Amino acid sequence: MSKQILEGPGIPSAERRAKGPVACIECFQQIPCNPCEEACPRGAITVGDEITSLPHLDAEKCNGCGLCMTRCPGLAIFTVDESCAGDRARVSFPYEYVPLPEKGQEIACTDREGRFVTEGTVYQVRTSKAFDHTAIVTVEIPKEYSMEVRFIRRPGTEAGEDRGEVDSGE
Amino acid sequence: MRKVQLLIVGAGPAGLSAGIEAARAGVQVTIIDENLRPGGQLFKQIHKFFGSRVHNAGVRGFRIGEKLLQDTKDLGVEVLLGYPVYGIFPGGEVVYGTADGAHQMKAEKIILATGANENNLYFEGSTLPGVMTAGAAQTMINLHHVLPGKRVIMVGSGNVGLIVSYQLLQAGAKVEAVVEAAPSIGGYGVHAGKLKRAGVPFYLSHTVRRAMGSTEVEAVELVELDHFKPVPGTEKIIEADTVCMAVGLTPMTELASLCGCELVESRGLGGLVPAHDHNMCTTNPDVYIAGDISGVEEASTAMEEGRLAGTAAAESLGYISEAEAAEKKAEIHRRLDLLRSGQFGAKRAEAKAEIEKSFAQMQRGGEVG
Amino acid sequence: MGEDRRVAEHPILEDLREPDTYILYDGKRIPAITGEPVAAALLAAGVRIMRHTTKTGQPRGIFCGIGRCNDCKMIVDGVPGVRTCVTPVREGMVVETQEGLGEWRDLV
Repeated sequence: MSKQILEGPGIPSAERRAKGPVACIECFQQIPCNPCEEACPRGAITVGDEITSLPHLDAEKCNGCGLCMTRCPGLAIFTVDESCAGDRARVSFPYEYVPLPEKGQEIACTDREGRFVTEGTVYQVRTSKAFDHTAIVTVEIPKEYSMEVRFIRRPGTEAGEDRGEVDSGE
Repeated sequence: MRKVQLLIVGAGPAGLSAGIEAARAGVQVTIIDENLRPGGQLFKQIHKFFGSRVHNAGVRGFRIGEKLLQDTKDLGVEVLLGYPVYGIFPGGEVVYGTADGAHQMKAEKIILATGANENNLYFEGSTLPGVMTAGAAQTMINLHHVLPGKRVIMVGSGNVGLIVSYQLLQAGAKVEAVVEAAPSIGGYGVHAGKLKRAGVPFYLSHTVRRAMGSTEVEAVELVELDHFKPVPGTEKIIEADTVCMAVGLTPMTELASLCGCELVESRGLGGLVPAHDHNMCTTNPDVYIAGDISGVEEASTAMEEGRLAGTAAAESLGYISEAEAAEKKAEIHRRLDLLRSGQFGAKRAEAKAEIEKSFAQMQRGGEVG
Repeated sequence: MGEDRRVAEHPILEDLREPDTYILYDGKRIPAITGEPVAAALLAAGVRIMRHTTKTGQPRGIFCGIGRCNDCKMIVDGVPGVRTCVTPVREGMVVETQEGLGEWRDLV
């Protein structure tokens, strides 16, 4: 499995990620959309008047609160915290399935393509009326996978149901 | 015969928005729809919409639908449901009806917001129960809360295919494959990303060769494509009980034709559409259009076009001054331009400009003739 | 038939309902929700074949789901050619698989 290097105006630097929780905005197409900009109480996200511009993250202003995650219609914002003790990292992602994973649960963590990366622990599951049915799930994983893990194998789906090696034509 | 000032055919996002806009200006509005529930496809859209605050971005589609219905109610807009319109005659005479018989009314102005039909594909077994349009599956899961099947193959990776696939997962089905004939995904990368994270395989440069099963779908044979031509020996069989087709939409222009509106081919927006000007007026000066009938786009655009048509109709009925209308229309166009920008939207903006150009040519031709 | 395809829990939808009535499908009683389309009640019970075509007897089921395509026609309360995807359930409705064009009959 090759490590993806992500680049873009919404991706925080390795130095910034090491300092504590921060958003990782994985929005790479010019879609007319800007709710993330309004969602941020600290003004850390800028889209501008041209709403097809890619969101720009001011990683110094961002404290990784995750409010933007549930407002993004593309579910394309994650938060990463590499400042945890013991070479662990926490990755949060939006989650719109039932049942929700449970806090403390050991869980298979997957990458952007749904492939297994590592076992992890569910650190937190946040829900709120303000999120309008988009939950935020946080998993704790080995730090080396912080920029790979972006999801979990959904509770209720069988192991091996993730894609593994499939001819995607890509 | 009953007389109305403005009749809107279609109570989807475009029709409701048009009705609200015109009613706010003081026009007496009637909206008619063949369905028993208003809202068109909006109540099936359970995902959060794109756009900016002015477009209700980040709000789920069905909540936008609830707001539109509330507004029509507050404004006293009449909404006739369960009535297909099957005839429009010169002078704005409209015939509609159902089991209770045929009815007539006369409308001074008409806005057609009839939407679009889903396209389908033909392959061996494509008539088997279990093969359906993506819209049918979406209707079943999101409106009626029933799964069309447990293991689904989605054909088409445009935004409809991607969104319905995601909603099938949310309803508890397994999506075995998203199949796309083109070598790349058609819809937004972020929509595809939701499916990929959930482990849904994408078969690009592939198509469905046949659906197999004696009385219902039991499996599907896929084949790889090279420049859209099947590659022999690449067939593979996947077990599935449902095939959904998300292969585009075609504007529903029948009523526009009855009204004498001239049609123009728009390849980028789904086929023949009524030629129209910048304010949604057709070649019949009493008939406006809005939403997918004017070219297939998406719900946010449809709502803005509805507001545009509603404003233009109110102006032509004398309820708002030319200056006030111009200001309103400019504001709506600013919002439309935002939605029609970027790598996806710019093509739609170009296609719209082409249609307006054709309209202008027709108008000039008419004057000469 | 026999399996329940109703969505029992959902991350977004808030108004999931349970059957409050029944319809008769080819003589069998199946649970249904008042006002839902007949086709949805049948689908929920695992029924996907609505009719057989006139000439070759091929099965047809829900295709468009919004009353356009006519594939889901059945005999409803003795009336053939009823589009079940846009016909709301009423208690005790009699629904039959349609063979070809079907036949009118009096239900007494």
